[in-house]
Amino acid sequence: MELKGIGLEEEIFKISKKSEKSMKMEFKGVSLKESDFKEKKILSLENKPNLKYAWDTGVAIGRFLAELKQGRLIGRKCCKCRRIMIPPRMFCEVCFKPNDEWIYLKDKGTVNTFSICYVSWDMQKLKEPQIPAVIEIEGASKMMGILHLLGEVEPKEVKIGMKVKAVWKEIDKREGAITDIKYFKPI
Amino acid sequence: MRKAAIVGMGYTVPQTITPQLSYREMIFEAAVKAYENSGIHPKDVQSFICVSEDFLEGVSIFDEYVPDQLGANLKSVHTISADGIFAIISGFLQILTGKFDIVLVEAHSKASNILNPNEVIAFAQDPVYNQPLRLNPHYIAGLEMNRFLYSSGNTREQCAKVVVKNKKNALKNPLSAYPAKIEIEDVLNSALLSDPLRKMDKSQHADAACVFILASEKIAKSITPNPIWIKGAGWCSDDPSLETRNWDEAVYAKLSARQAYKMAGIQNPKQINLAEIDDSYSYKELQHLESMGLCRKGESGLLLEEGYFEHDGSLPVNISGGNLGAGFLFEASGAFKIVELILQLSKEAGCRQVKNASLGLAQVWRGVPTATGAVIILERED
Repeated sequence: MELKGIGLEEEIFKISKKSEKSMKMEFKGVSLKESDFKEKKILSLENKPNLKYAWDTGVAIGRFLAELKQGRLIGRKCCKCRRIMIPPRMFCEVCFKPNDEWIYLKDKGTVNTFSICYVSWDMQKLKEPQIPAVIEIEGASKMMGILHLLGEVEPKEVKIGMKVKAVWKEIDKREGAITDIKYFKPI
Repeated sequence: MRKAAIVGMGYTVPQTITPQLSYREMIFEAAVKAYENSGIHPKDVQSFICVSEDFLEGVSIFDEYVPDQLGANLKSVHTISADGIFAIISGFLQILTGKFDIVLVEAHSKASNILNPNEVIAFAQDPVYNQPLRLNPHYIAGLEMNRFLYSSGNTREQCAKVVVKNKKNALKNPLSAYPAKIEIEDVLNSALLSDPLRKMDKSQHADAACVFILASEKIAKSITPNPIWIKGAGWCSDDPSLETRNWDEAVYAKLSARQAYKMAGIQNPKQINLAEIDDSYSYKELQHLESMGLCRKGESGLLLEEGYFEHDGSLPVNISGGNLGAGFLFEASGAFKIVELILQLSKEAGCRQVKNASLGLAQVWRGVPTATGAVIILERED
């Protein structure tokens, strides 16, 4: 078989037809389709690692996840720099010392930044866009928060500085994971 | 010429599993101990060097996750994908440039978190030529052991004796995960992995973290009256291809040792008082000893039987228990060899103290399927 070119022109065609007829371009060569690889028309080697991990949560993440299961957010406080940290860690990276106490925090906060995501993780188009946001949790120090999704809100209505609140899964469906919070919604 | 010394270290005890701590908490413990041990404050460290391999961590671009637990937040930090000894060599070279006086080095293993480590090792093979054969990756050690026994004349039983010696040594080392009193027959009767390699010829994984503080001559002398100096270092890689590498000897060990001897001004390797060397598989200890010129070709097995490498022998080897006794710590394996050297050279090794230890050698190999290793030589000047 002949390998004459890498075929992207179908898509380029579509774009060029759509945008400007005079801009229409033609590429020389034969395009390759995904099916050509599947049908082994093209010599190729597929390789997929089979890797599995189970990370030790340790003290800080372990407690954080256990509290999520109970529908609560918990942080750690450093008595030297007075920062309240979430997600929690057992040491203060600024003072470089073990930090001091657990502290429950409210399950609400303020949107620090957000984006509206129109493609899924594997680059499929999404009908309903996802809205990832960094949420500064109320009661924690500045710039301390949780990365999560926003919900029950029109994308165009999301604003930086918006107050939001966690929407939790039903208690029997929680498993001690960040997804025990379904999303944050505007207050 | 500038000099560099290791002025402090901290570590966690190697254990088969460590569910009580996250990797961050484990590294923090080692870092706090290293700062305490050296009297150095994190703010005085000018450069931080870590080692990690993404596939061993289960997170890609793992180097992003290292600063906080080391006190390296917003400071100069970088990671290299190699054994801890390579990081110590990097820190050593940074100090020799004259631009740095205090450097921190970190290595750790959370091997227990990898559920299928054989797949990680297998994935390191060539994807076109070797991986499609779907062999258990320890076959590479089987191939090498077979050729080593054939060309050196050492015996299968002598390899088993290495396991007996190192596991026995580990009984005296609190920093060991696999100490045991066993007999040669136990090794010879253990399950065959890839003939002639048996199950007990292979070291087993452990978890631990280790942190070192390196300093220039001026700083080192102000901290301690007897710094442990880095006298020489060498590192080398043979052909990665299994088809064309030299199977008769560990060329990487030979050349890196040669480089290290030269830098340290060592005319005769017999000057070395003790060695902590790679024994990821039993035969590797013998192969590495011969390749590094610590004994003559084909004589390692006989010398072992005569007690030459025992605690009271002419050249004590792997008094820590090595990887076979203390545990295989992936990229932290070399770091724990350095820990043992420092304890020995500082005369703090307790019941396993080697008499008159002043010049020590540590050597590491990055495991199958690699042909890469490093050597470092440490000295205490009284």
